[in-house]
Amino acid sequence: MIVDIAIVALKAFLVLFMVLNLAGILGWVERKGSALIQDRIGANRASVLGFAGMGLVNTLIADPLKFLTKEDFIPPQGDKLLHTLAPCMALFTALVTFAVIPFGDVLVLGDRVINLQVANLNIGILYVFAMGSLGVYGIVIGAWASNNKFSLLGGVRGSAQMISYEVAMGLSVIGVLMVFGTLELQEIARGQGTLIRDMLPESAHFLKSTVGWLPAWGIFLQPLAFLLFFTAAVAETKRIPFDLPEGESELVAGYHVEYSGGKFLMFFAGEFAEIVTAAGLVTTLFFGGWQVPYLMRDGFHFPWGETLLLPQLAVTVLQVAAFTLKVIFFCWLQILLRWSVPRFRYDQVMRLGWKMLLPLALLNVIVTAIVIIFLQ
Amino acid sequence: MDTSAVLFYVISVFLVLSSLMVVFLRNVVHCALALVVALFLIAVLFVMLHAPMVGVLQVLVYAGAIMVLFLFVIMFLNPTASEPRRKLWWIFGSVAALLLAGGLAALLSNGEAPANPVAATEMFGSPEMLGKSLFTDFVLPFEIASVLLLVAIIGAVVLARREP
Repeated sequence: MIVDIAIVALKAFLVLFMVLNLAGILGWVERKGSALIQDRIGANRASVLGFAGMGLVNTLIADPLKFLTKEDFIPPQGDKLLHTLAPCMALFTALVTFAVIPFGDVLVLGDRVINLQVANLNIGILYVFAMGSLGVYGIVIGAWASNNKFSLLGGVRGSAQMISYEVAMGLSVIGVLMVFGTLELQEIARGQGTLIRDMLPESAHFLKSTVGWLPAWGIFLQPLAFLLFFTAAVAETKRIPFDLPEGESELVAGYHVEYSGGKFLMFFAGEFAEIVTAAGLVTTLFFGGWQVPYLMRDGFHFPWGETLLLPQLAVTVLQVAAFTLKVIFFCWLQILLRWSVPRFRYDQVMRLGWKMLLPLALLNVIVTAIVIIFLQ
Repeated sequence: MDTSAVLFYVISVFLVLSSLMVVFLRNVVHCALALVVALFLIAVLFVMLHAPMVGVLQVLVYAGAIMVLFLFVIMFLNPTASEPRRKLWWIFGSVAALLLAGGLAALLSNGEAPANPVAATEMFGSPEMLGKSLFTDFVLPFEIASVLLLVAIIGAVVLARREP
């Protein structure tokens, strides 16, 4: 009993540790990476004993120290309690979502089988959306409690944008849920361990001989859903090209205009935690989660017949490493996107969400349903 | 008392408190946020009753979507905090609340336990069960509700359309 609780606590700690640290490192990647993209040098001022570490000292030590030692300013006409509560809500909802994302299959230690996922809910993906929809409150409350017209406008924009893209996001996932037949994220990740030829019926010779060797990852089975989901997920993180709630050029900083010091840092960390969570979700739903292609529980089984047997622990280490690498790749992709494309106008954001993503997601559901019935 | 009973009473106390805050707080935004807390606590009660699906939908739909729209409208209209209390509404509300409470008390004082409580099975409240019963036994009410929502959506579009 005590051991079970300790294991769950350890898993929760590990996931929080990884997500928060990755969020911090992303802050460095964002500053140095954007400098790389724009042909600048980037953060290089702060150093310890002459060691600047490629801006690591600057972004991981100097910046947070400065944030934490600054005055925490609450607008005199604002709402003190809600002003403090808002950044906590934003960070909390961004962090707890990762609880249902599996980072490995099962770890067998002696006679104990540990599921490498903090919370195994049979409604996994719905929990993700529920927490995502609560994330809006961080912005809305913060914007209102600041008693500032600019932040209020940012909050109103943010709530409208997040509600709109949640609809498209939820509908785009339906296709994946239909293919794998479950809402549980661990089961979805396991379902992507087979090959496409094992999912097809006997009669589909042509498909079997051409694409049958591919692993049954979501991206191959639901490419349109991936594009829709990834777009909606980027919109949910409220970064360029969807940074209208912040809108530096017209709203100063949008919903967090009146935030300074540690509370601003919490909003900032929440945004990066959202990037990590979005990357984890995209990985789990469309890129096999912790799956390494052709790696089964006892080792590699290549489609051309060769096998390479591996001990159980090595398999688990490979899986967790694969999941981490995929998550890091999608974090980098989101940062690359943020520094590569110009931002939308607000009416363009709304048109994209309601008039393009939503109908395409509905089409994807219908086509997927027809194909599934046809293949049965 | 076992742990779940203790948990139930603790949550219920907070639920009643937040519901009272919805009624008695003077600031509209505070009222709306108290309602969010109340809806979230009801979701927790659903989860405790082995209905995680209904609980999550409660958070997703009520706490996450409908209340955000409420807040959206409140922030747009920005009603002043010191709206005068209307006496007539208070009398009407109190009478309605008393009638409801009286009805509940009359039902409970009958002293009969609910007829044949059935133990929850493993599949109870799961998405599969919910989907199956929605699309087989209750398909007609389900479709009627869909049509109702469609009518509401079309109505909203017609109302929001600008005059040419």
